[in-house]
Amino acid sequence: MSQASNKLFAKSWMIAVYLFLYLPIVTLVVFSFNDSKLVTVWSHASLRWYHALMEDSDLIAAVFLSLKIAFLSALMSVFFGTFTAYALHRYSSFRGRTLLSSMSSTPLVMPDVIVGLSLLLMLVSMQHWLGFPQRGLFTILLGHALLGTAYAAVVVTSRLKEMDSRLDEAAMDLGCKPLQVFTLVTFPLLLPALVSAFLLTFTLSFDDVVLSSFLSGPGYSTMPMVIFSRARLGLNPTINAVATVTIAVVTVAVIASSFYQSHLERKRKRETALAYSDKNV
Amino acid sequence: MNSLVQFFNNLLRGRRAVIGVPYIWFGFLVLVPLLIVLKISLSEMEQASVSNMISWSDGWPTLKLNFTSYMFIGSDALYIKTYLSSLKYALITTLLCLAIGYPFAYFMARSPKHLQSMLLMMIMLPFWTSFLLRIYAWKTLLVSNGVINNVLMSIGIIDAPLSMMNNSFSLVLGLVYSYLPFMILPLYANLSKLDLRYLEAAADLGTSPFKAFWLITVPLSKAGIVAGSMLVFIPAVGEYVIPELLGGPSTLMIGRVLWDEFFSNNDWPMASAVAVVMILIILVPMAILNKSQAAEAGGKK
Repeated sequence: MSQASNKLFAKSWMIAVYLFLYLPIVTLVVFSFNDSKLVTVWSHASLRWYHALMEDSDLIAAVFLSLKIAFLSALMSVFFGTFTAYALHRYSSFRGRTLLSSMSSTPLVMPDVIVGLSLLLMLVSMQHWLGFPQRGLFTILLGHALLGTAYAAVVVTSRLKEMDSRLDEAAMDLGCKPLQVFTLVTFPLLLPALVSAFLLTFTLSFDDVVLSSFLSGPGYSTMPMVIFSRARLGLNPTINAVATVTIAVVTVAVIASSFYQSHLERKRKRETALAYSDKNV
Repeated sequence: MNSLVQFFNNLLRGRRAVIGVPYIWFGFLVLVPLLIVLKISLSEMEQASVSNMISWSDGWPTLKLNFTSYMFIGSDALYIKTYLSSLKYALITTLLCLAIGYPFAYFMARSPKHLQSMLLMMIMLPFWTSFLLRIYAWKTLLVSNGVINNVLMSIGIIDAPLSMMNNSFSLVLGLVYSYLPFMILPLYANLSKLDLRYLEAAADLGTSPFKAFWLITVPLSKAGIVAGSMLVFIPAVGEYVIPELLGGPSTLMIGRVLWDEFFSNNDWPMASAVAVVMILIILVPMAILNKSQAAEAGGKK
């Protein structure tokens, strides 16, 4: 094969994969503006299903519940994920380190159905002995926070690995207390990772259907649960409308956050360079 | 206020606390639940509750293990068939992801540097948008009166709609679609670090590019291949949502069986036993994944 035909092959392969990845998303968006009651037959453009969405009080209530759970569970995930990452990174050998690191990666690879089942059976036993918690918002939150913690720990760990541990040591040499080292040095350096961990765990929670189904109680249906139960029955154009809104919000958020991240990164590099040049003066 | 600062100071100074908090969190939400699943899988369903493992006779506790659920899994051909079929679909998915993802990651790593971060973000972006909605979208594409069939029939390529839905085609397509980024990302991370001087040296010594690819690039990217394959294979074995929405009655998957045992039959010991056997099956690929990641981390130091 010649150089040019190689390049052409590479390009077409990549374009084909991107088409495969984006085809369903584009279809969802296009057909959300379709007037026909049949999801798959195009008649003409209209906002009919967006009006239907606005009157769909079940779905709207579910969206708000999902947002609430996603926000709270993302906060919890970042908190516990940072602890986990810090413990595993800072202390390279302690008794039970292997157990902690495998426990923290279990929710990442374990199929959702097993995580959901095991958490539910634990909560049921707990309720049997202690009388709480009732299945509902709190139990869903716990499940999502567990999953999120595992992901947040990965994100924060990779950041900690890149960080220069001499900065911590320098701060300690200069008389910082451990808490001050954390708030003045480690935390600002970690901030971009914490923001991405928050966004990631937020979307994970907002997307989850299996854990929620296991852990939810009567009256607590999250948005994916409502969508899933409708999708099982058949096609429903209102789902296209809610999908388009979600996709639009997520795309804007992801692009904005990646700009913010690269801005922070540049700022940090500039400040580091400045600090080094000061030293030489 | 001062005592609060003192408290946090102690917390951060005390490595016991830094280690203790995640330990309690994961112990309570991972270890204990899995032990409870194991316990319930060894009991039997009584009237709307699970039998007690420890019974008291003459003031002495006696341990009563009940292997009924496991015996049932072992003797019922349907369960064994379902496990095998889950493994089969997971394997097909992994191989297809590798076949599509490896060239993709390779070309991405070779593309101009300034484009790479954008190409990477375009792989990540679908991953951020709801998984459930994307699977639902495939349903609108694949059904017999769906978008693909409508388009093909209106151009005149086919006369009758193709049946692409609720069979192994739609199931595998959905699995490959959802897990492809998990294959591409570790492969790209690995291939973008490849030292191109090896390939130049091989070319200087007269090796053809094709041979150099198989002799140098592929062996050096082994860690990425292993990590990507396991990240696809393990969750695919236990997948529930994709088989439920895109699979059919003939595409048996164990995740669906577990779900039905729990939600439809209300048989907790059976659902737990199905889960325990699934975990045992997954342990082997999980060990491979851990080993490859440990080797990777060791190599970096």
